[in-house]
Amino acid sequence: MPIKFQSKPGLVIYLTAGDPSLEATHAIALEAIDAGADVIELGVPFSDPLADGPVIQRASERALARGTTLKDVLVLAKQIRTARPQAGLVIFTYLNPILRYGLAKFADDAKAAGADGVLVTDIIVEEASDATSNLLAELDRVSLAPIFLAAPTSPDDRLEAIAAHSKGFIYAISRTGITGKQQSLTGDAQSLVARIRRWSTLPVAVGFGISNATHVAQVAEFADAAVIGSAIVELIERSAPEDKSGHAQAAAVARFIKGLRQPEAALTR
Amino acid sequence: MASVILPSAPSESRPGRFGIYGGRYVPETLMAALVELEREYESAKADAAFQTELADLLRDFAGRPTPLYFCKRLTEQLGGAKIYLKREDLLHTGAHKINNSLAQGLLAKRMGKQRIIAETGAGQHGVATASVCAHLGLECIIYMGEVDMERQHLNVLRMKLLGAEVRGVSSGSKTLKDAISEAMRDWVTNVRTTYYILGSALGAHPYPTMVRDFQRCISREMKQQIIEKEGRLPTAIIACVGGGSNAIGAFYEFIPDRDVRLIGVEAGGRGSALGEHAARFSGGNPGVLQGTFSYVLQDENGQIALTHSVSAGLDYASIGPEHAMLHDTKRAEYTSRTDAEALDALVKLSRTEGILPALESAHAVAEALVLAPRLTPRDILVVNLSGRGDKDMGIIAQELHLDSHPGEA
Repeated sequence: MPIKFQSKPGLVIYLTAGDPSLEATHAIALEAIDAGADVIELGVPFSDPLADGPVIQRASERALARGTTLKDVLVLAKQIRTARPQAGLVIFTYLNPILRYGLAKFADDAKAAGADGVLVTDIIVEEASDATSNLLAELDRVSLAPIFLAAPTSPDDRLEAIAAHSKGFIYAISRTGITGKQQSLTGDAQSLVARIRRWSTLPVAVGFGISNATHVAQVAEFADAAVIGSAIVELIERSAPEDKSGHAQAAAVARFIKGLRQPEAALTR
Repeated sequence: MASVILPSAPSESRPGRFGIYGGRYVPETLMAALVELEREYESAKADAAFQTELADLLRDFAGRPTPLYFCKRLTEQLGGAKIYLKREDLLHTGAHKINNSLAQGLLAKRMGKQRIIAETGAGQHGVATASVCAHLGLECIIYMGEVDMERQHLNVLRMKLLGAEVRGVSSGSKTLKDAISEAMRDWVTNVRTTYYILGSALGAHPYPTMVRDFQRCISREMKQQIIEKEGRLPTAIIACVGGGSNAIGAFYEFIPDRDVRLIGVEAGGRGSALGEHAARFSGGNPGVLQGTFSYVLQDENGQIALTHSVSAGLDYASIGPEHAMLHDTKRAEYTSRTDAEALDALVKLSRTEGILPALESAHAVAEALVLAPRLTPRDILVVNLSGRGDKDMGIIAQELHLDSHPGEA
């Protein structure tokens, strides 16, 4: 069950659920899909997001300060699924909130909400099949796609294991580091995607540091999709943070996404 | 030649797992580095030259073995069990942390890594790591929560003097947990050039095993010393538990001796409500924080709770995974002492024995003060005095009003 990327390059848009409000995330997600996002990654805010840079840390703090819970995120997922049945929907989370919720219940509820896949930042393939954190068995039971991260530092034997356990798509991390914008893509990303292709026929999405149309065009040359996270979250932070309805942010995000597939416009600006 | 590191431990169910606890819960980017570290550690264990170099440094640079000291006056005053202190406070840089920093510093050198990062809570691990880096000529960056930088200011100055760069962490609770997160963010970014000297028996495999092995010299010496002095094993070993490195070091060699009670003392802080203490076993649930599966103070949604302790080194929301196993199997007992009890114990030990313990270690002393009178003179308590209290003089002076004029106190 690979997740379909309708357009080339595919666009995966990450949103921290509940920032600036659940209602706003809902509005932003729908506008993002209408503007061309193939997949929405709905981020579950976590108190200690050690794989994230300052932008997503701040968004998580704001979402938690408003009381956003995993249960809320799953309700939101269901609303987005109902409103936009064709879009890809991935729950993006750290492990502890779903462990506390119960992995079996989480899998059931994420499936019922209409999610396609689950990405857990701090779980590696080995621990995802360990008895104490058997995420793979639970996702498999309800036919939800496990999406794993592949890193430039992952040797081939790890890429092989990641490929063997992934469904949906494989998320290739563009560089060593945490989430956040960067000036240009390193050579790491392209060689990583080439190595992943040796082990998998799944679509490969490249993320971390992708923030403009030039990056997206570069990624399109060697991968199936680009993941945009911090750039969108920062845009939401900057656009009318006092507007909790999300209309202003949704309009800004839609404009931004439309621009991402127009590298010429970006280059001549 | 003295063997510094003994063969692999009986308490691990498989590498990196202590019962159901432990593991490697990290972003994929760090996996290659953790595997490399594990391999290098295994090869260093089998390398006589590495062990000799470490043994020499532990003796001549750090000051091992540390004495086992009988508290004659305190024992007489309490009128129960005999109280001994394992004097880790006498080590160079002031706490047991140097045992681990030296060993990991040598590992980093062996791996050809020139850039060292570390987190610190009370600053003792930071000072130890900064000293080791100065000794070995390595670049050193220490992450420390801003709250801790203020309450352990003397240690911040010491690290700077030793040539380390101290980076303040302003996220979250601005304490140890946030310093670890920031160190992990640095590591994930600079993983190809950087070695992370984690200071406690925490984090992803191989750290909990490796740090415990580098601290088990404490219980090895303790066992030999108590047999020399008393001709038998003690009734109980008492140690404070933050992440748990001094405690696991003090317990480890006694785990097979079922008659020896192992007592870990957590920070009871100023109350039993979530956020007011760091007593993970009474207030926490199994979960994953910063690379390992263990007991974690968290809310019903799996968000990590804030903690409080007067001692920065115990002020942490999770606990080393091997302690979680020792707790569940009931091989060790875990209790807690409050801020006030720790301060009282600190004063008592200072005035009775002339020894100023660190606020962290004072929690273990506080437990001994309660336990000793309930036991008989046939009983022996060994308290691991993990560090000295010079670093805490600012807090102590404030809490005890030492600066006030005569008659005011």
